[in-house]
Amino acid sequence: MAHDGIDIDYVANLARIALTDEEKERFSGQLGQVLEYIEKLDTVDVSGVEPTAHAFPLENVWRDDKAEPAMPVEVALKNAPAARQNMIVVPKVVE
Amino acid sequence: MAESLYYRTAAELSRALESKELSSEEIVRSVIERTRAVDDKVSAFISFDEGDALERARASDRRRAEGKALGPLDGIPVGIKDVLAVEGQPLTCASRMLGKFVSPYDATAIARLKAAGAVPWGRLNMDEFAMGSSTENSSVKTTSNPWNTDCIPGGSSGGSAACVAAGEAPISLGSDTGGSIRQPAALCGVVGMKPTYGLVSRYGLVAFASSLDQIGPFAHTVEDAAILLQAVAGHDDRDSSSYRTDIPDYRKELSSRKGPWKLGIPKEYFGEGLDPEVARAIEAAIDFYRGEGCEIVDVSLPHTEHAVGVYYIIATAEASSNLARYDGVRYSHRSAEATDAIDLYFKSRAEGFGPEVKRRVILGTYVLSSGYYDAYYLKAQKVRTLIRRDFLQAYEKVDALLTPTTPSPAFRKGEKTDDPLQMYLSDIFTISANLAGIPGISIPCGFSESGLPIGLQILGQPFQEADLFAIARRFEQAHDYHTRHPSL
Repeated sequence: MAHDGIDIDYVANLARIALTDEEKERFSGQLGQVLEYIEKLDTVDVSGVEPTAHAFPLENVWRDDKAEPAMPVEVALKNAPAARQNMIVVPKVVE
Repeated sequence: MAESLYYRTAAELSRALESKELSSEEIVRSVIERTRAVDDKVSAFISFDEGDALERARASDRRRAEGKALGPLDGIPVGIKDVLAVEGQPLTCASRMLGKFVSPYDATAIARLKAAGAVPWGRLNMDEFAMGSSTENSSVKTTSNPWNTDCIPGGSSGGSAACVAAGEAPISLGSDTGGSIRQPAALCGVVGMKPTYGLVSRYGLVAFASSLDQIGPFAHTVEDAAILLQAVAGHDDRDSSSYRTDIPDYRKELSSRKGPWKLGIPKEYFGEGLDPEVARAIEAAIDFYRGEGCEIVDVSLPHTEHAVGVYYIIATAEASSNLARYDGVRYSHRSAEATDAIDLYFKSRAEGFGPEVKRRVILGTYVLSSGYYDAYYLKAQKVRTLIRRDFLQAYEKVDALLTPTTPSPAFRKGEKTDDPLQMYLSDIFTISANLAGIPGISIPCGFSESGLPIGLQILGQPFQEADLFAIARRFEQAHDYHTRHPSL
């Protein structure tokens, strides 16, 4: 997995974070060091090893499909940055 | 005794409540006064609500007067890390992103504490979104180590550890994703436990890395940690990863599980980079257990050296996914500068997240991105299997493992802030337990020459918390490290 450095513009775009030029430079350097350290994993033989997503095998949890009381709309909207008529206000997304 | 009321253990306070020597209101007032007196120095709290705490204390006193006390935690204040939802209270995760957030509901752990009569006390400082090892990544303030205020208290649950060490709460709750309970507990000289993955419901815990996160207790004594864990452990329909398992009576088991135990010493935890003072304290602890008739067995966890690398792939990948919810739309910080919907995401996240969170979201996004997924994320998940297998193989031979909790005592503020990799390596002994899902406890086992606490980590078998408590208590009963307090 020899890394050739993070393409910071590409990844920041995927992550939807606007970075300053100073941040781009600093993070590239710091994350380069971290990735170099992580490269040690190249030395581990994982042939035939199953990946672990959770420490314990989890089974699907089923429940009856019945309606139960949920948080009232006005409570759910209390932390909304902008709300009107029981809805969250956002910038226009379609012309 | 009034001057040291705030340093009594929860078990002692509980007995004093039962015998009517004290009221909950007196206890809560002593904690409030102590917090007011020392928190300028310690900075454990982001905020606290005295009125709410006193109201709950008086309600507890009324219950008790009517003979309806709810159990050992009724009327006892419990410090709360600012990552757990308490209805009507702020929840910031020490981030500007949630600077104005007020919880609309209780986390399951909090609902269970309230049902046990406990008094949630304050919002404790932490690294932003629990990402860090020193609380220096808090956007609010850096907490000080009560033993030396020039030093960090550890992290991410630095406020939870420091508040107990400083007498600002007898017990507290934190969360542990890669050592965030055990590491600060060790550095602040208190008991801290990360339970088995799935023992405590994470409903209402702000998610960082969902395959690793666990909630756990801080306390002065093993008994108090057991009492607090008892109150919050157990299956919850609202967290599908919470495990259906019988929860023993931990306090009762403390006296019934007598050992002797077979204890493993993993050689990989005693190599280069271990501070000699820490090494000496751990060796003394090993000698103690040997003297108690425990069989001490050398074991190997050969994939230990890869734990930090695996962790910083898996934890950042999960974080990049979990933190996608902070989009500036529904409940988090929204930029006033945005020109359109996509710009709203970019600017809100740029303004709301601090540097370490940005770094980790970028790293996590990178390791999950097209072309790198197999090389990083899938590979890390496979090495995780090997790390877990190491532990399960060791547990065929031993009941538990003894290790240092941290490679060194508390470091100085600012020492590692410019070097994320060095900061990450300070969690080298705690991270594997999260990857393997096993429980671990840190207890005070000595002090450095400069007076900083040292922690002994005991790692146990899945869901064998009762054994861990019993093993830890054996050491505690024969030593007085847990009774010492910093001068503030």
